[in-house]
Amino acid sequence: MDLDTITGYRYARSRDDLVLGATERFVAGGTWMFSEPQLDATGLVDLTTMDWPALEVGDHGLRIGATCTIAELAAMPEHERWTAHPLFFQCATALLASFKVWNVATVGGNICCSFAAGAMVSLAVALDGVAVVWTADDGEVRMPVEQFVTGNGTNSLAPGDVLRAVELPDYALCARTGYRKIALAELGRSGAVLTGRVDEDGRSVFGITAATWRPTVLRYDELPDAATLLADAASADGYYTDPLGTADWRREVSGVLLEEIRQELAA
Amino acid sequence: MRFSVNGQEREAAPRPGQCLRTLLREHEHFEVKKGCDAGDCGACSVLVDGTPVHSCIYPAQRVEGHAVTTVAGLGTPDELHPMQEAFVDHFGFQCGFCTAGMVVTASTLGKAQLGDLPRLMKGNLCRCTGYRSIRDSITAGATAQARPRGARNLGSTDSEHPSVSLVGRSIEPPAARRVVTGTEPYTFDTAMPGALHLRVLGSPHAHARIRAIDTSAALEVEGVELVLTHEDVPAARFSTGRHQHRTDDPDDTRVLDDVVRFVGQRVAAVAATTAAAAEEACRRIRVVYDVLPAVFDPEEARTPGAPLLHPGRTPEDRVDEAGRNVIAALHAGFGGDIDRALAASDVTVAGTWRTQRISHAQLETHGSLGWLDEDGRLVLRTSSQVPFLTRDELCRLLDLPQERVRVFTARVGGGFGGKQELLTEDLVALTVLRTGRPAVYELSRTEEFVRTTVRHPMRVAVALGASRDGRLTAMRLDVLSDTGAYGNHSRGVLFHGCSESMSLYTSPVKRIDAEVVYTNHTPSGAFRGYGLGQVGFAVESAMDELAIELGFDPFELRRINAIGAGDVPLGWHGEPEADVTPGSYGLDQCLDLAQEALRRGNGVEPPAGEHWRVGEGMAASMIATMAPRGHIAKTTVTLGPDGTYVLGVGTSEFGNGTTTVHTQIVATDLATSVGRIRLHNSDTDGAVYDTGAFASAGTTVAGKALHSAALALRGILLDTAAELTGADAAECMLGSHGVLAGRRLVSFRELIAAAPSEYRHGDGLRTFGAEFGDRRSLAFNVHAFRVAVDERTGVVRILQSVQSADAGTVMNPEQCRGQVEGGAAQAIGGALYEEVMVGDDGRIRSPAFRLYRVPQMADIPDTEVLFAETSDELGPFGAKSMSESPYNPVAAALGNAIRRAIGARPYETPFSRDRVWRVASEAAASAERVIAA
Repeated sequence: MDLDTITGYRYARSRDDLVLGATERFVAGGTWMFSEPQLDATGLVDLTTMDWPALEVGDHGLRIGATCTIAELAAMPEHERWTAHPLFFQCATALLASFKVWNVATVGGNICCSFAAGAMVSLAVALDGVAVVWTADDGEVRMPVEQFVTGNGTNSLAPGDVLRAVELPDYALCARTGYRKIALAELGRSGAVLTGRVDEDGRSVFGITAATWRPTVLRYDELPDAATLLADAASADGYYTDPLGTADWRREVSGVLLEEIRQELAA
Repeated sequence: MRFSVNGQEREAAPRPGQCLRTLLREHEHFEVKKGCDAGDCGACSVLVDGTPVHSCIYPAQRVEGHAVTTVAGLGTPDELHPMQEAFVDHFGFQCGFCTAGMVVTASTLGKAQLGDLPRLMKGNLCRCTGYRSIRDSITAGATAQARPRGARNLGSTDSEHPSVSLVGRSIEPPAARRVVTGTEPYTFDTAMPGALHLRVLGSPHAHARIRAIDTSAALEVEGVELVLTHEDVPAARFSTGRHQHRTDDPDDTRVLDDVVRFVGQRVAAVAATTAAAAEEACRRIRVVYDVLPAVFDPEEARTPGAPLLHPGRTPEDRVDEAGRNVIAALHAGFGGDIDRALAASDVTVAGTWRTQRISHAQLETHGSLGWLDEDGRLVLRTSSQVPFLTRDELCRLLDLPQERVRVFTARVGGGFGGKQELLTEDLVALTVLRTGRPAVYELSRTEEFVRTTVRHPMRVAVALGASRDGRLTAMRLDVLSDTGAYGNHSRGVLFHGCSESMSLYTSPVKRIDAEVVYTNHTPSGAFRGYGLGQVGFAVESAMDELAIELGFDPFELRRINAIGAGDVPLGWHGEPEADVTPGSYGLDQCLDLAQEALRRGNGVEPPAGEHWRVGEGMAASMIATMAPRGHIAKTTVTLGPDGTYVLGVGTSEFGNGTTTVHTQIVATDLATSVGRIRLHNSDTDGAVYDTGAFASAGTTVAGKALHSAALALRGILLDTAAELTGADAAECMLGSHGVLAGRRLVSFRELIAAAPSEYRHGDGLRTFGAEFGDRRSLAFNVHAFRVAVDERTGVVRILQSVQSADAGTVMNPEQCRGQVEGGAAQAIGGALYEEVMVGDDGRIRSPAFRLYRVPQMADIPDTEVLFAETSDELGPFGAKSMSESPYNPVAAALGNAIRRAIGARPYETPFSRDRVWRVASEAAASAERVIAA
């Protein structure tokens, strides 16, 4: 939609351009920004002209530029050791957004929106992703995406901070993974997204997103038994009710689907 | 900046916050539609350098140096893109408003992606078709398959008509090639230089009195020309709901009121040279409210002490008991004391069912454009199902004579009853009259949710009694309908809802207690089915309980108790319905067809795992083929000297397919080709009169009127030819070039010159045809499902979906199949997914398609459509109505299937996954308790 309160639009080409005015906002793909009125903003600063590399493959893992489109990530070619690769496409499909939105929407934008149903958060949390943040004072901080997201639509970015990249560590990418999504409609906005991962050293990590206000991560030294996982899922904090599902249902299906993943990973 | 559209270079300076969609439309690329303006519906899809995007969420700045392709750039009506051709061939649209975006998206898909269509097309919503025809279109388009022309006549009867007849054939809609290329204009698809844009300030309170409004800051915004508040508008009250008789609806609404009764109700309107200025001005209006207590629960609303919404209204305004928020009540029955009859029955069942608020979600939002023509006459181009009724009410409100107002529609992008309302035209008319300037008011999707109407939520309690041999002995209904803050359609929906749902079944004793009440919610309004779906849901679910209780097959229970061939349904007092003349009967066939289809199965297996429970369910519905107490069409057929015919018919095309059927009727009557027929429809200047496109009247009323006009013209042409040549009129044959009398072809020119002068119209001949809807027939539908339910999560998977329909003669099999599929799909949406959610404060919590779940392609299975073979004595060529009724049996059939799958019944729609899970787990828990005990 037209954002009629916006009176300025500038393209950022260097870090100097990233200094925000009080009512300026960063825009990446723009697919969320242009989907709702932005009455408190008057200017947009376009990050896509920063020309950050989309996908950088290295020995330490994968560095995803914040402006990498979801389409680019979902279509990334397989990498021989990275058995977690299917999660990229799977998590993209957890989005309500169509493949046409993927062509424009960015991984960083989805994470910065920090909605509970943000599927790039699900992906990053599943794989111990680390957010690389350029702070407003020209510094850089790194923090797990699991902590970066602080609530449904809130995160730890301070005014003027910008998410530069998300790094997925090599050990997580080499894990065996499982994925489930459920919504009130088959391909609707997620009510719960569940991920599971068994690392090469046997440790396991389960993620609950979309069902809880902020990401829930359950970590075990080995694959837990069914009762343990179910009990931990059930006692997680922050299951919530909104038009996309009720808290009791979200809690229940999270347990059911995590168990399916656990069995898959145990096989 | 420079960019190109469909190969043409463009120069533009987009506004900083502008999206690509509006930039393209400003360049008159009206083929780029707005359905949601938020990236959810896909109607605005275009290609940027070949990549498909949603242009409504694409910054306009970014197309600099890039090439945009719209649906009009893919092909033209004369030279269709293969995907466009496939959408024509497979009837891949109804209203066609989503089609531009569908085609653009589908054009990027190849054969290899056909298995992944539900995911790839999830960003393209269609509200009309139910997606089957779209799947077929895309499959054919992506594989460039040859056209499977002459779609099957799916069972019905054109046998008595010669094979040259166009009736009973799947003629493509007259606008098909324009729709698939984006060149068919809809309401807003026209340039209006200098037009003012209207925006509305909505109430933040569910109930408040406006103590003061200060508009001075708003008037200071540059570009603002007019601000309207309750102080500036006519004091007269009206109803936004429109009917043939204006006294059907309560006069309880003002254009702008000093009391607001729901969150979002219009408080003030601003007209400005830009939408941005109008919106800014709205934000600067200062309103002081005295907040009043609000009531949201319909039961509380009629309880003494509840806040009153319209205390000043009286029965003269058609508000029967304003003192307890009750607009209308129905307390009636026959056959004796209901409690005694129930107590004396061998078996009884009872339950209370609830339905939710549903949004029509037609993809074209409401809105209208207005201006003064050369004669100073007010002209409105509007997205409406009722242009004539809108004109008449505006004349009353604004105190204008009818000849000073013209109302017309372009093709309308879907309606489903939601446009049987006067929701935008009043403000546009006032703005045009006050300023003398053209004005546009186009609603946003959010406004659609907040400020238009929803389906009436109802609470329906049913008790049934029966004898051991399966005969109903008693039927009691208690209905409470929630009309929200205003009474538009409240009375009609209540009475209609309680009619055919009850009279479908014969019972010696019946009792109905029904009321419709005001609450502080967004108003309810007309919605496909007009109440029958809600009440029928409860009755058909109770019938299913009864079948279970009796150990009877549910189809059999209907056969035993439903009215039979020739039976006239009984009213609430036991009297035969005066204006119902059953002209055919197909319920028996419908029951057989659906039952056989279930028995046959379709080979679809449930998913693996013990937690998937399988069940079958069915439900029936009956509907009279038009609205009671008159539905009027006065039409003309005009022959021109070149052998073309112009049809003047008032009814609107919004995906119902009436333009096609009207063309077929007249082409058949006048033995001409569809190419020689032009429609001038839905225009108060183009036809004499039409009540409107509602109550499924397009074929049975307007079609019948045209049929009679065409037959009159035919008679005149044959008689004239006979007179000219001395041949016997019976020997004369009408064709597309004139009348063949013996060996002589008498040209249309000669015929026009020689015909009786009273039929002369310009250089042609004109006849009139009228239909008043005095007699109504009956149509039937039966839906059956086989479902699998995951009792762990509440997921309902439809394995088989069948609907049998008694449509009389099927005028256009592919179109009629589409109406049934589309009705079933919309009803599946209402049964499983859709719910306008409201917070405790009366605020709508789901005012966008990302929160309100209109079914996507993935959600709708193919529905097998089976037509009964009947021919109706009343309808034109034996046809009956078939637009609303396919919706009505679906929710009950689905609920019944779920009940039989999991052994527990969901009583409330939608049967969303969380609700079904709760029902299943409570049932399991109580079963365990029983075992433990």
